[in-house]
Amino acid sequence: MTEPVLVSKAPPDSLFELATDQWTEPYWQAAREHRLVWPTCTACGAARELGAPFCHHCLSQDIAWKPLSGRGTLYSYTVVRFPLIEAMNDCVPYVPAVVELEGAGGHRLISNVVGAPLDALRVGAAVEVSWHDRADGVTVARFVLAE
Amino acid sequence: MSISNKTAIVGVGATPYYRRGESHPQTMNEMGCKAIIAAVQDAGLNVRDINGFAYYSGGFDTPALMETLGIPEVRYSAMVTSGGGGSVGAVGLAASAIVAGMADTMVVVFCMQQPAGKRYGSIMSRVEPTPDKAFYTSSGLVGPGHFFAMLARRHMHLYGTRREAFAEVAMSGRLNAMTRPEARFRTELTLEEYFKAPMIADPLCRYDFCLENDIAIAVVLTSAERARDLRQKPVYVMAAEHGGRREWGRAIASMNMPEAYFASGGHASVAQHLYRDAGITPADVDVAEIYDHFSPMVVMQLEDYGFCERGEGGAFVEAGNIRYRGGSIPVNTHGGNLSEAYAVGMTHLREAVEQMRGTAVNQVDGAEIALVTGGPASLPVSGLLLRR
Repeated sequence: MTEPVLVSKAPPDSLFELATDQWTEPYWQAAREHRLVWPTCTACGAARELGAPFCHHCLSQDIAWKPLSGRGTLYSYTVVRFPLIEAMNDCVPYVPAVVELEGAGGHRLISNVVGAPLDALRVGAAVEVSWHDRADGVTVARFVLAE
Repeated sequence: MSISNKTAIVGVGATPYYRRGESHPQTMNEMGCKAIIAAVQDAGLNVRDINGFAYYSGGFDTPALMETLGIPEVRYSAMVTSGGGGSVGAVGLAASAIVAGMADTMVVVFCMQQPAGKRYGSIMSRVEPTPDKAFYTSSGLVGPGHFFAMLARRHMHLYGTRREAFAEVAMSGRLNAMTRPEARFRTELTLEEYFKAPMIADPLCRYDFCLENDIAIAVVLTSAERARDLRQKPVYVMAAEHGGRREWGRAIASMNMPEAYFASGGHASVAQHLYRDAGITPADVDVAEIYDHFSPMVVMQLEDYGFCERGEGGAFVEAGNIRYRGGSIPVNTHGGNLSEAYAVGMTHLREAVEQMRGTAVNQVDGAEIALVTGGPASLPVSGLLLRR
């Protein structure tokens, strides 16, 4: 008899309390509308660091929030199997992941891959965004394995 | 101006190595002072000789130490920014103050004490919410191991590194800890036991994680000239470096390191400067105390410091090269953070000093040069070369 393949769950909402500033608020506002966006420098056109008040290429503060496709690739991941704290007890296994986003100039988002059979996870796998709307009005971008 | 060989570590002092939480009701200030008193006694000095402090990772309150110990005047008090990455950079800071004539007798002290109800292993579940942290705290990254597991996974993907290599880091450290009286784990660890251990965060199992302890350790530095008249054999600071390249940057706090940096320890540039300043190559290093908060980071730092090529760390380790007996570069001869104890870099420093004095429990025959590294973490990271 083989063991059933586990499917990745999600970390508990209680671990995360959102704080924003003027350089990150537009990202979270777009997330509420289920749009994945990335900061772009309108002076030199480079993709910017998420949350930075300046473009590190040209030091401009001019910014535009460019819509992304929501697709990406799994750059790396871990499978959290052991609940280090009580809040994790009912949530394991879950998969924190580093996702390289299509159209974000090589930038990556730290996120989760949810609903994936653990044996289907691979570095380089195609993923796409899946929105998690929380009771407190915060929306978090998570990812699922793409078809 | 070079600091090379102009200063020496002349004293080392430590509290007992307590299990996590067992050092209470002592305060951090009290433990730090115990380590400082032991270190100056070891050197044959008096606490009143101290006139400078160099810290890292938050450090200590200098006036509190002065008031507690009766130190009359301090001429230098500075800290290497960021966390455990800067541990041995603080030794470089102390050495540079002495060489510049800004202080005569410098102390580097650190205390690790887990606060009641909190532990380092789940520290990220209790961070204050800030706009920058929002991009990772939502992902259930509760402890540092969760982040480093993702660096390890990428290294495995790029280079075919196997869990057997991480096991070898844990097992060889354990073998060294078996003869070290202070070590918290002193029974042999077999490959079978390693693979049977609970998986905390793939690909890291329990034995890939460092221990959690309460410890204070201090070292005392003075000029090379003055060091010759003191009680201990001087251990000279050959070179020290702290910093790193922007590409590594915030490292696990951003996970945006370019490919060449992501699956690394972030120390490559520090290593280059260190060897150049000391005028040596990796082949000249006799013993290496490499910060092992997580076993894969030893593999990656061995690459950063040129003991093998990038991507070959796994095979290098699996071939037995880091063993105290028979290895080409004995690593973590005290048992390291995985088996001896964890004090955010200070146990590695202590062991390197003992190796250079020739008094280590697992003494490397004829060892003349020791490398010590700070933890791969947000910049600055640091490296130190000590010589006999």
